[in-house]
Amino acid sequence: MPGRLEDRPPLRMKTVQQALCVARKDLAIELRTKESLNAAGAFAITILLLLSFVFDVTSEETREIAGGLLWLVFAFAGALVFNRGFARELPNECLDVLLASALSRASLLIGKAIANFVTLLVVEFLSLIIFGIFYDIRWWLHTAPLAASFLLATWGISIVGAVFGALTVNLRLRELMLPVIIYPLLIPLLIAAIEITNLLFSAQPSLSEGLLWGRLLIVFDIVFTALALSLADTLLVN
Amino acid sequence: MRERIAIGLAVGAAVLLSYNLYQMFMVLPDEAMQGAIYRILFFHAPSAIVGMIGYFVALTFSVLYLSSGKLRWDSLSASVIEVSLVFSVVNIVTGSIWARIIWGIWWTWDYRLTSALVCVLIFAGYLMMRRAIEEPTQRARLSAALCIFGCVDVVIVWKSIEWFRNNHPGPVLTIRTGGGTMDPAMERIFYLNLLAILLMAIALVLVRTRQEATALQIDSLRRLANAA
Repeated sequence: MPGRLEDRPPLRMKTVQQALCVARKDLAIELRTKESLNAAGAFAITILLLLSFVFDVTSEETREIAGGLLWLVFAFAGALVFNRGFARELPNECLDVLLASALSRASLLIGKAIANFVTLLVVEFLSLIIFGIFYDIRWWLHTAPLAASFLLATWGISIVGAVFGALTVNLRLRELMLPVIIYPLLIPLLIAAIEITNLLFSAQPSLSEGLLWGRLLIVFDIVFTALALSLADTLLVN
Repeated sequence: MRERIAIGLAVGAAVLLSYNLYQMFMVLPDEAMQGAIYRILFFHAPSAIVGMIGYFVALTFSVLYLSSGKLRWDSLSASVIEVSLVFSVVNIVTGSIWARIIWGIWWTWDYRLTSALVCVLIFAGYLMMRRAIEEPTQRARLSAALCIFGCVDVVIVWKSIEWFRNNHPGPVLTIRTGGGTMDPAMERIFYLNLLAILLMAIALVLVRTRQEATALQIDSLRRLANAA
């Protein structure tokens, strides 16, 4: 009888388990090769170093725009990570195999987004430490709200990056097109992340203003994750 | 038939525009506070409205493409976005000219200005991306996704920036304020110009859709010739 548990193929797992499986695979590859981590990390640190020569790092004004500097670096570093996400499946037709497997398209997309998310968080954490040293920013004073805003904003960037990384993977001009497509889409999320980070770096952060921008991050994450999940089967085809 | 409709709409738009221009420059007086420059409103706001309508019409076509797989919907969506983008740029340029004269600056990071710019950036990226993909179904699928994500994003941008920054003049049309903010004669010309710009936009979309259909035919013939 169709639908009985024993008749289902053994590879069929729940969507979350499948997504975690894809993420584990990607992170294991990333840990061994360190392709995205090295590139994005080196890029982020270089830009932070160069920016310290552009501004007077001891001035109060620089601290007021510190969130902007930081999130611009993360957004650019993110593009390097997203470009690799699906592109690493191209050799040996691995992407076709993944699409033809028992994996649901939604779990493939979410799995890739989780791998992007973890990789980008590592880059962000390293950058934050270096940023604190170079720019004399005491980011650890509000660790919990800062961590919450970073988690929310990074998930938003990761899910958009995963969707358009998947859609542009076969394009000739992939490396050029991905940033052109995703940066305008990420503007509301980056505005919110920058505003929250600036607030948390300031002497007396306003809780109400922070919550307002936090709400925007949550809305962005929910809307775009729902869109990605609902369109996954239509968008990801062999 | 489609050509005749396009020509009819273009002629209608031209006649209406001529009448409106006569009314704007020869009949209507200068505005008490702003002087002659207020007339730019007759092109600035209708361009924004037509552009915005276009993006959400394109969103409908994109959803129709994803649900049916027919390339006709993709061609329509691309044509509508291309025309809407032109009107969005007109909106930004006319707004900047007005701002330079009234505010003394070309640009300010007001929520309407910022959301208009984000809109242009998203859909300019859409057109650049279409040029980068040769395979029609792949192009259509990616375009539909970008259009859907883009339209949702525009709404989020609009709401997010609205919370904090607002230098832009408030609504003046009776439909928004209940009356008393705009002279009825000026408001009449505003709506007539909106209609003229809308007719022009529809005519342009029809012309572009035909060009898209021809391009698709040429592309399939080229593929057939290469395969033979």
